[in-house]
Amino acid sequence: MKPMNEMSLSFLSCSANESFARATVAAFAAQLDPTVGEISDIKTAVSEAVTNCIIHAYRDVIGVIYISVKIFENGKITIRIRDKGCGIEDVEKAKEPLYSTGGEERAGLGFMVMESFMDRMKVTSKVGKGTVVVLQKQIERRQAKSANG
Amino acid sequence: MDNGTVRLILEDDVLTAVLSGEIDHHTAQGMREEIDFTVNRSKPRKLILSFEHVGFMDSAGIGLIIGRYKLMESLGGELVVSHLSPKMEQIVSLSGVGRLAKIEKGETNHEANE
Repeated sequence: MKPMNEMSLSFLSCSANESFARATVAAFAAQLDPTVGEISDIKTAVSEAVTNCIIHAYRDVIGVIYISVKIFENGKITIRIRDKGCGIEDVEKAKEPLYSTGGEERAGLGFMVMESFMDRMKVTSKVGKGTVVVLQKQIERRQAKSANG
Repeated sequence: MDNGTVRLILEDDVLTAVLSGEIDHHTAQGMREEIDFTVNRSKPRKLILSFEHVGFMDSAGIGLIIGRYKLMESLGGELVVSHLSPKMEQIVSLSGVGRLAKIEKGETNHEANE
């Protein structure tokens, strides 16, 4: 299916950009007329993915984070977050709840939150090359929403 | 509604930290430092983290709760978490942090997002 609209952005892995990234993706997603709850889910998932890039992928360096978003006529949104950082050795291990290499005060919940707030999550990573996280969510169409009250 | 800020109110032995704005990895650090500074100085019996004026929180908020729980535990005190929005409760229940801190329901009056 062809997307009805798409956008991409890239920015430096400064932590101040966490709010910029989630707000920007949310603003673009607004074209699908999501509910406040759906927008909040998207913002939370993007925030987790971008934080992972900043804390893990580019641990001791500043690198570039790339996000591309596609929205589809049927209400589907696909968000791709990519870095060229250190990569993840064991993706399955990294996805485990409460597992974190992020040091003090990192709850180790990032992937778990992304998985639970979005419909689908796919993580591919290559050590020394970087990581790609693809998130997908179906936004309920407006007619369906009003029919459901 | 952008940067996370903290307002601290000390009454008797109870320190209330009224958090506001957005809580993420970037803003949590400043909030943490401010709260810990006052906790270490005043050694309260109880610390209340109020999320009533928080418009957004990701898992950095869980780190904030767990870290403050450990701090209060080391001082022999108690941690209470109040006014979580339904979305925040969803993250909190994923984390299992409800087993550590006392979660208090308050009439939620979230200003944004929820």
